[in-house]
Amino acid sequence: MIKINNLNFGYRKNQLLFKNMSMQLSTGHIYGLLGKNGAGKSTLLKNIAGLVYADSGSMDVMGYDPSKRQPALLAEICFIPEEFYLPSVKIDAFVKANAGFYPNFDHPYFTALLAEFDIPVAQKLIDMSYGQKKKVIIAFGLATQAKLVIMDEPTNGLDIPSKAQFRKIMASALTDDRCIIISTHQVRDLDNLIDTVIMLDENKVALKASVEEITNKLCFKRVKEIDDKVIYAEPSLAGYNAVLQNFHDEDSKLDLELLFNAVLAEKNKLKPIFN
Amino acid sequence: MEFRDNKAIYLQIAEYVCEHILLGKWKGDEKVPSVREMAVELEVNPNTVMRTYELLQTKNIINNKRGIGFFVDDDAIANVKSYRKAQFMDDELPVVFRNMYLLNIGFDELQDRYNTFVKENFNS
Repeated sequence: MIKINNLNFGYRKNQLLFKNMSMQLSTGHIYGLLGKNGAGKSTLLKNIAGLVYADSGSMDVMGYDPSKRQPALLAEICFIPEEFYLPSVKIDAFVKANAGFYPNFDHPYFTALLAEFDIPVAQKLIDMSYGQKKKVIIAFGLATQAKLVIMDEPTNGLDIPSKAQFRKIMASALTDDRCIIISTHQVRDLDNLIDTVIMLDENKVALKASVEEITNKLCFKRVKEIDDKVIYAEPSLAGYNAVLQNFHDEDSKLDLELLFNAVLAEKNKLKPIFN
Repeated sequence: MEFRDNKAIYLQIAEYVCEHILLGKWKGDEKVPSVREMAVELEVNPNTVMRTYELLQTKNIINNKRGIGFFVDDDAIANVKSYRKAQFMDDELPVVFRNMYLLNIGFDELQDRYNTFVKENFNS
Protein backbone atom coordinates (compact mmCIF):
# COMPACT_ATOMS: atom_id res chain seq x y z
CA MET A 1 0.00 0.00 0.00
CA ILE A 2 2.78 2.45 1.01
CA LYS A 3 6.45 2.21 0.12
CA ILE A 4 8.81 4.81 1.52
CA ASN A 5 12.33 4.64 0.19
CA ASN A 6 15.26 6.70 1.49
CA LEU A 7 13.03 9.61 2.36
CA ASN A 8 14.80 12.82 3.29
CA PHE A 9 12.71 15.64 4.56
CA GLY A 10 13.21 18.85 6.50
CA TYR A 11 11.28 22.05 6.88
CA ARG A 12 14.62 23.84 6.60
CA LYS A 13 17.38 22.76 4.26
CA ASN A 14 20.03 22.35 6.92
CA GLN A 15 17.75 20.69 9.47
CA LEU A 16 16.56 17.30 8.33
CA LEU A 17 13.64 15.73 10.18
CA PHE A 18 13.94 12.40 8.36
CA LYS A 19 17.22 10.98 7.13
CA ASN A 20 17.08 8.10 4.65
CA MET A 21 13.87 6.77 6.09
CA SER A 22 12.52 3.59 4.52
CA MET A 23 9.42 1.67 5.46
CA GLN A 24 6.59 -0.34 3.95
CA LEU A 25 3.00 -0.42 5.13
CA SER A 26 0.38 -2.88 3.95
CA THR A 27 -3.38 -3.26 3.97
CA GLY A 28 -5.29 -5.06 6.71
CA HIS A 29 -3.48 -3.35 9.58
CA ILE A 30 -3.98 -0.58 12.09
CA TYR A 31 -0.58 1.03 12.56
CA GLY A 32 0.11 3.03 15.71
CA LEU A 33 2.56 5.84 15.01
CA LEU A 34 4.40 6.88 18.15
CA GLY A 35 7.18 9.32 18.91
CA LYS A 36 8.16 12.19 21.16
CA ASN A 37 6.88 15.70 20.51
CA GLY A 38 8.63 16.97 17.44
CA ALA A 39 9.78 13.51 16.30
CA GLY A 40 7.93 14.05 13.04
CA LYS A 41 4.77 11.97 13.37
CA SER A 42 2.49 14.54 11.79
CA THR A 43 5.12 15.39 9.21
CA LEU A 44 5.42 11.76 8.15
CA LEU A 45 1.63 11.57 7.80
CA LYS A 46 1.68 14.75 5.70
CA ASN A 47 4.38 13.29 3.46
CA ILE A 48 2.23 10.20 2.90
CA ALA A 49 -0.84 12.28 2.10
CA GLY A 50 1.02 14.64 -0.26
CA LEU A 51 0.61 17.68 1.97
CA VAL A 52 4.37 18.27 2.06
CA TYR A 53 7.04 17.10 -0.36
CA ALA A 54 10.17 15.07 0.25
CA ASP A 55 13.58 16.64 -0.39
CA SER A 56 14.75 13.37 -1.89
CA GLY A 57 13.84 9.71 -1.92
CA SER A 58 10.66 8.13 -3.12
CA MET A 59 7.17 7.79 -1.75
CA ASP A 60 4.73 5.38 -3.35
CA VAL A 61 1.13 5.26 -2.14
CA MET A 62 -1.09 2.75 -3.95
CA GLY A 63 1.11 3.14 -7.02
CA TYR A 64 0.93 6.94 -7.03
CA ASP A 65 3.38 9.63 -6.03
CA PRO A 66 1.36 11.57 -3.43
CA SER A 67 3.19 14.85 -4.12
CA LYS A 68 1.52 14.91 -7.56
CA ARG A 69 -1.84 15.03 -5.78
CA GLN A 70 -3.70 13.13 -8.46
CA PRO A 71 -7.47 13.04 -7.82
CA ALA A 72 -7.56 9.24 -8.23
CA LEU A 73 -5.24 8.90 -5.23
CA LEU A 74 -6.76 11.68 -3.13
CA ALA A 75 -10.18 10.02 -3.46
CA GLU A 76 -8.66 7.02 -1.66
CA ILE A 77 -7.08 8.95 1.20
CA CYS A 78 -8.93 10.04 4.30
CA PHE A 79 -6.85 12.39 6.42
CA ILE A 80 -8.04 13.43 9.88
CA PRO A 81 -5.64 16.15 11.02
CA GLU A 82 -5.10 17.15 14.61
CA GLU A 83 -5.94 20.77 13.90
CA PHE A 84 -8.67 21.52 11.44
CA TYR A 85 -11.04 24.19 10.27
CA LEU A 86 -14.71 23.62 9.59
CA PRO A 87 -16.83 26.24 7.84
CA SER A 88 -19.92 27.96 9.20
CA VAL A 89 -22.43 25.62 7.58
CA LYS A 90 -24.60 22.73 8.67
CA ILE A 91 -23.58 19.13 8.12
CA ASP A 92 -25.75 18.51 5.06
CA ALA A 93 -24.21 21.52 3.27
CA PHE A 94 -20.74 20.32 4.21
CA VAL A 95 -21.49 16.88 2.79
CA LYS A 96 -22.99 18.35 -0.37
CA ALA A 97 -19.82 20.36 -0.95
CA ASN A 98 -17.27 17.66 -0.10
CA ALA A 99 -18.69 14.16 -0.55
CA GLY A 100 -18.51 14.51 -4.33
CA PHE A 101 -14.74 14.18 -4.20
CA TYR A 102 -15.16 10.62 -2.94
CA PRO A 103 -16.95 8.41 -5.48
CA ASN A 104 -17.64 5.70 -2.91
CA PHE A 105 -19.01 8.02 -0.22
CA ASP A 106 -21.45 6.03 1.91
CA HIS A 107 -24.29 8.35 2.99
CA PRO A 108 -26.24 5.86 5.15
CA TYR A 109 -23.02 4.90 6.97
CA PHE A 110 -22.24 8.59 7.58
CA THR A 111 -25.72 9.12 9.06
CA ALA A 112 -25.30 6.03 11.24
CA LEU A 113 -21.91 7.24 12.53
CA LEU A 114 -23.32 10.69 13.35
CA ALA A 115 -26.12 9.05 15.30
CA GLU A 116 -23.66 6.79 17.12
CA PHE A 117 -21.55 9.81 18.04
CA ASP A 118 -24.67 11.69 19.15
CA ILE A 119 -24.01 14.70 16.90
CA PRO A 120 -26.62 17.49 16.84
CA VAL A 121 -27.02 17.47 13.05
CA ALA A 122 -29.15 20.63 12.90
CA GLN A 123 -26.41 22.76 14.44
CA LYS A 124 -23.83 24.68 12.43
CA LEU A 125 -20.40 23.06 12.43
CA ILE A 126 -18.75 26.18 13.77
CA ASP A 127 -21.03 26.23 16.83
CA MET A 128 -20.10 22.71 17.86
CA SER A 129 -17.58 21.87 20.55
CA TYR A 130 -14.10 20.74 19.51
CA GLY A 131 -14.95 17.12 20.36
CA GLN A 132 -18.15 17.23 18.33
CA LYS A 133 -16.34 18.72 15.32
CA LYS A 134 -13.73 16.06 15.61
CA LYS A 135 -16.38 13.36 15.61
CA VAL A 136 -17.97 14.89 12.51
CA ILE A 137 -14.73 14.77 10.54
CA ILE A 138 -13.96 11.25 11.77
CA ALA A 139 -17.43 10.16 10.62
CA PHE A 140 -17.02 11.97 7.30
CA GLY A 141 -13.55 10.50 6.79
CA LEU A 142 -14.64 6.93 7.40
CA ALA A 143 -17.75 7.38 5.23
CA THR A 144 -15.53 8.28 2.27
CA GLN A 145 -14.63 4.56 2.18
CA ALA A 146 -11.06 5.61 1.39
CA LYS A 147 -8.56 2.74 1.37
CA LEU A 148 -5.96 4.72 3.30
CA VAL A 149 -7.12 6.18 6.59
CA ILE A 150 -4.70 8.54 8.34
CA MET A 151 -5.59 9.93 11.75
CA ASP A 152 -3.49 12.37 13.73
CA GLU A 153 -4.37 12.19 17.44
CA PRO A 154 -7.99 11.17 16.77
CA THR A 155 -8.95 10.69 20.42
CA ASN A 156 -7.88 14.18 21.51
CA GLY A 157 -10.98 16.04 22.62
CA LEU A 158 -13.23 12.98 22.69
CA ASP A 159 -15.14 12.42 25.93
CA ILE A 160 -14.98 9.07 27.69
CA PRO A 161 -18.00 7.37 26.03
CA SER A 162 -16.89 8.69 22.63
CA LYS A 163 -13.51 7.04 23.02
CA ALA A 164 -15.14 3.65 23.47
CA GLN A 165 -17.40 4.32 20.47
CA PHE A 166 -14.37 5.36 18.47
CA ARG A 167 -12.62 2.07 19.28
CA LYS A 168 -15.68 0.08 18.24
CA ILE A 169 -15.99 2.04 15.01
CA MET A 170 -12.31 1.57 14.18
CA ALA A 171 -12.46 -2.15 14.97
CA SER A 172 -15.23 -2.51 12.43
CA ALA A 173 -13.60 -0.12 9.93
CA LEU A 174 -10.52 -2.30 9.44
CA THR A 175 -10.98 -4.43 6.34
CA ASP A 176 -8.49 -6.50 4.35
CA ASP A 177 -8.15 -3.81 1.69
CA ARG A 178 -7.75 -0.90 4.08
CA CYS A 179 -4.69 0.55 5.77
CA ILE A 180 -5.20 2.63 8.89
CA ILE A 181 -2.46 4.76 10.43
CA ILE A 182 -3.10 6.44 13.76
CA SER A 183 -0.61 8.73 15.41
CA THR A 184 -1.13 9.19 19.10
CA HIS A 185 0.25 10.06 22.49
CA GLN A 186 -2.83 8.61 24.16
CA VAL A 187 -1.57 5.05 24.04
CA ARG A 188 -4.01 3.87 26.68
CA ASP A 189 -6.90 4.92 24.45
CA LEU A 190 -5.74 2.78 21.58
CA ASP A 191 -3.37 0.08 22.76
CA ASN A 192 -5.72 -2.82 21.98
CA LEU A 193 -6.67 -1.34 18.64
CA ILE A 194 -3.30 -1.14 16.92
CA ASP A 195 -1.63 -4.31 15.65
CA THR A 196 1.67 -2.80 14.53
CA VAL A 197 3.80 -0.21 16.29
CA ILE A 198 5.88 2.36 14.39
CA MET A 199 8.09 4.50 16.54
CA LEU A 200 9.99 7.51 15.26
CA ASP A 201 13.09 8.77 16.98
CA GLU A 202 16.25 10.59 15.95
CA ASN A 203 15.30 11.15 12.31
CA LYS A 204 14.38 7.56 11.62
CA VAL A 205 12.13 4.62 12.33
CA ALA A 206 13.36 3.42 15.71
CA LEU A 207 10.99 0.45 15.77
CA LYS A 208 8.45 -1.08 13.42
CA ALA A 209 7.04 -4.38 14.60
CA SER A 210 3.71 -6.10 15.07
CA VAL A 211 2.38 -6.54 18.58
CA GLU A 212 2.79 -10.28 18.05
CA GLU A 213 6.46 -9.90 17.10
CA ILE A 214 7.13 -7.55 20.02
CA THR A 215 5.58 -9.90 22.58
CA ASN A 216 7.37 -12.88 21.01
CA LYS A 217 10.70 -11.15 21.46
CA LEU A 218 10.07 -9.18 24.63
CA CYS A 219 8.35 -9.93 27.88
CA PHE A 220 6.59 -7.24 29.91
CA LYS A 221 6.20 -8.06 33.57
CA ARG A 222 6.60 -7.05 37.18
CA VAL A 223 9.84 -8.09 38.77
CA LYS A 224 11.04 -7.76 42.35
CA GLU A 225 14.64 -7.02 41.52
CA ILE A 226 16.57 -5.81 38.53
CA ASP A 227 19.13 -8.22 37.15
CA ASP A 228 21.13 -8.30 33.94
CA LYS A 229 18.22 -9.88 32.02
CA VAL A 230 16.20 -6.71 32.43
CA ILE A 231 16.47 -4.43 29.40
CA TYR A 232 14.55 -1.55 30.90
CA ALA A 233 12.57 -1.06 34.10
CA GLU A 234 10.50 1.53 35.90
CA PRO A 235 9.80 1.41 39.63
CA SER A 236 6.22 0.53 40.57
CA LEU A 237 4.32 -0.25 43.76
CA ALA A 238 5.50 -3.84 44.03
CA GLY A 239 8.97 -3.81 42.55
CA TYR A 240 9.52 -2.82 38.92
CA ASN A 241 7.64 -2.88 35.64
CA ALA A 242 10.27 -4.37 33.40
CA VAL A 243 11.00 -5.22 29.79
CA LEU A 244 13.00 -8.41 29.38
CA GLN A 245 14.06 -10.46 26.44
CA ASN A 246 11.51 -13.25 26.08
CA PHE A 247 13.70 -16.34 26.43
CA HIS A 248 11.02 -18.67 27.80
CA ASP A 249 8.19 -18.11 25.31
CA GLU A 250 6.16 -16.25 27.88
CA ASP A 251 2.94 -14.62 26.78
CA SER A 252 2.71 -11.14 28.21
CA LYS A 253 0.61 -8.10 27.47
CA LEU A 254 2.37 -5.37 25.55
CA ASP A 255 2.77 -2.25 27.69
CA LEU A 256 3.08 0.48 25.07
CA GLU A 257 4.18 3.20 27.47
CA LEU A 258 6.91 1.00 28.87
CA LEU A 259 7.99 -0.03 25.38
CA PHE A 260 8.07 3.61 24.29
CA ASN A 261 10.36 4.57 27.15
CA ALA A 262 12.48 1.47 26.64
CA VAL A 263 13.05 2.35 22.97
CA LEU A 264 14.07 5.88 23.92
CA ALA A 265 16.38 4.78 26.73
CA GLU A 266 17.82 1.49 25.50
CA LYS A 267 18.04 1.73 21.72
CA ASN A 268 21.28 -0.18 21.55
CA LYS A 269 20.00 -3.13 23.54
CA LEU A 270 16.75 -3.36 21.58
CA LYS A 271 18.13 -2.92 18.10
CA PRO A 272 19.80 -6.35 17.76
CA ILE A 273 16.65 -8.04 19.09
CA PHE A 274 14.52 -6.64 16.28
CA ASN A 275 16.91 -7.14 13.40
CA MET B 1 -15.01 -6.85 29.20
CA GLU B 2 -12.24 -5.49 31.40
CA PHE B 3 -8.80 -6.57 30.29
CA ARG B 4 -6.21 -7.34 32.93
CA ASP B 5 -2.71 -5.97 32.79
CA ASN B 6 -0.58 -9.04 32.88
CA LYS B 7 -1.88 -11.38 30.21
CA ALA B 8 -1.74 -11.09 26.44
CA ILE B 9 -5.02 -9.77 25.06
CA TYR B 10 -5.49 -12.64 22.62
CA LEU B 11 -5.28 -15.10 25.54
CA GLN B 12 -7.75 -13.07 27.58
CA ILE B 13 -10.16 -13.22 24.65
CA ALA B 14 -9.59 -16.99 24.48
CA GLU B 15 -10.55 -17.22 28.15
CA TYR B 16 -13.66 -15.18 27.45
CA VAL B 17 -14.73 -17.56 24.68
CA CYS B 18 -13.92 -20.63 26.82
CA GLU B 19 -15.96 -19.24 29.69
CA HIS B 20 -18.97 -18.74 27.42
CA ILE B 21 -18.67 -22.35 26.28
CA LEU B 22 -18.24 -23.76 29.81
CA LEU B 23 -21.23 -21.78 31.06
CA GLY B 24 -23.31 -23.17 28.20
CA LYS B 25 -23.97 -19.76 26.64
CA TRP B 26 -22.48 -21.01 23.39
CA LYS B 27 -23.29 -24.65 22.74
CA GLY B 28 -21.80 -27.36 20.52
CA ASP B 29 -22.25 -26.74 16.79
CA GLU B 30 -23.48 -23.18 17.38
CA LYS B 31 -21.94 -20.25 15.55
CA VAL B 32 -19.65 -18.02 17.59
CA PRO B 33 -19.54 -14.26 16.90
CA SER B 34 -17.58 -13.38 13.77
CA VAL B 35 -14.10 -11.92 14.08
CA ARG B 36 -15.49 -8.48 13.31
CA GLU B 37 -18.41 -8.72 15.76
CA MET B 38 -16.09 -9.84 18.51
CA ALA B 39 -13.54 -7.09 17.72
CA VAL B 40 -16.24 -4.42 17.87
CA GLU B 41 -17.72 -5.78 21.09
CA LEU B 42 -14.35 -5.94 22.84
CA GLU B 43 -12.91 -2.79 21.16
CA VAL B 44 -9.83 -4.63 19.92
CA ASN B 45 -8.06 -5.08 16.62
CA PRO B 46 -9.73 -7.77 14.44
CA ASN B 47 -6.29 -9.32 13.83
CA THR B 48 -6.05 -9.98 17.58
CA VAL B 49 -9.40 -11.80 17.56
CA MET B 50 -8.22 -13.76 14.51
CA ARG B 51 -5.17 -14.85 16.49
CA THR B 52 -7.46 -16.02 19.32
CA TYR B 53 -9.67 -17.96 16.91
CA GLU B 54 -6.63 -19.59 15.33
CA LEU B 55 -5.42 -20.68 18.76
CA LEU B 56 -8.85 -22.07 19.70
CA GLN B 57 -8.95 -23.97 16.41
CA THR B 58 -5.67 -25.71 17.16
CA LYS B 59 -7.15 -26.71 20.55
CA ASN B 60 -10.29 -28.06 18.78
CA ILE B 61 -12.49 -25.71 20.76
CA ILE B 62 -13.95 -23.98 17.71
CA ASN B 63 -13.79 -24.91 14.05
CA ASN B 64 -13.95 -22.93 10.85
CA LYS B 65 -16.63 -23.80 8.33
CA ARG B 66 -15.35 -22.12 5.22
CA GLY B 67 -17.51 -19.30 4.05
CA ILE B 68 -19.93 -19.59 6.97
CA GLY B 69 -17.89 -18.76 10.05
CA PHE B 70 -16.61 -20.23 13.28
CA PHE B 71 -18.59 -22.84 15.24
CA VAL B 72 -18.29 -24.37 18.68
CA ASP B 73 -16.71 -27.81 18.32
CA ASP B 74 -18.80 -30.82 19.39
CA ASP B 75 -16.14 -31.75 21.94
CA ALA B 76 -15.51 -28.15 22.94
CA ILE B 77 -16.30 -28.55 26.64
CA ALA B 78 -13.86 -31.43 27.10
CA ASN B 79 -11.23 -29.57 25.08
CA VAL B 80 -11.74 -26.32 26.99
CA LYS B 81 -11.27 -28.23 30.23
CA SER B 82 -8.02 -29.83 29.14
CA TYR B 83 -6.74 -26.50 27.73
CA ARG B 84 -7.65 -24.65 30.91
CA LYS B 85 -6.21 -27.44 33.05
CA ALA B 86 -2.87 -27.18 31.27
CA GLN B 87 -2.92 -23.42 31.79
CA PHE B 88 -3.77 -23.79 35.47
CA MET B 89 -0.98 -26.29 36.01
CA ASP B 90 1.61 -24.26 34.12
CA ASP B 91 0.69 -20.68 35.02
CA GLU B 92 -1.46 -20.47 38.12
CA LEU B 93 -0.31 -23.38 40.27
CA PRO B 94 3.32 -22.19 40.48
CA VAL B 95 2.07 -18.92 41.99
CA VAL B 96 0.00 -20.82 44.57
CA PHE B 97 2.96 -23.08 45.35
CA ARG B 98 5.25 -20.12 45.80
CA ASN B 99 2.88 -18.53 48.30
CA MET B 100 2.38 -21.86 50.12
CA TYR B 101 6.12 -22.17 50.47
CA LEU B 102 6.67 -18.56 51.56
CA LEU B 103 3.81 -18.62 54.05
CA ASN B 104 4.40 -22.14 55.38
CA ILE B 105 0.96 -23.41 54.39
CA GLY B 106 0.63 -27.19 54.53
CA PHE B 107 -1.38 -29.40 52.18
CA ASP B 108 -3.61 -30.59 55.08
CA GLU B 109 -4.71 -27.06 55.77
CA LEU B 110 -5.52 -26.57 52.10
CA GLN B 111 -7.41 -29.86 51.87
CA ASP B 112 -9.88 -28.72 54.56
CA ARG B 113 -10.25 -25.36 52.91
CA TYR B 114 -10.81 -26.97 49.54
CA ASN B 115 -13.51 -29.31 50.88
CA THR B 116 -15.36 -26.45 52.57
CA PHE B 117 -15.10 -24.35 49.42
CA VAL B 118 -16.59 -27.06 47.24
CA LYS B 119 -19.39 -27.65 49.76
CA GLU B 120 -20.27 -23.97 49.98
CA ASN B 121 -20.08 -23.18 46.29
CA PHE B 122 -21.11 -26.32 44.50
CA ASN B 123 -23.37 -28.08 47.08
CA SER B 124 -21.70 -31.43 46.76
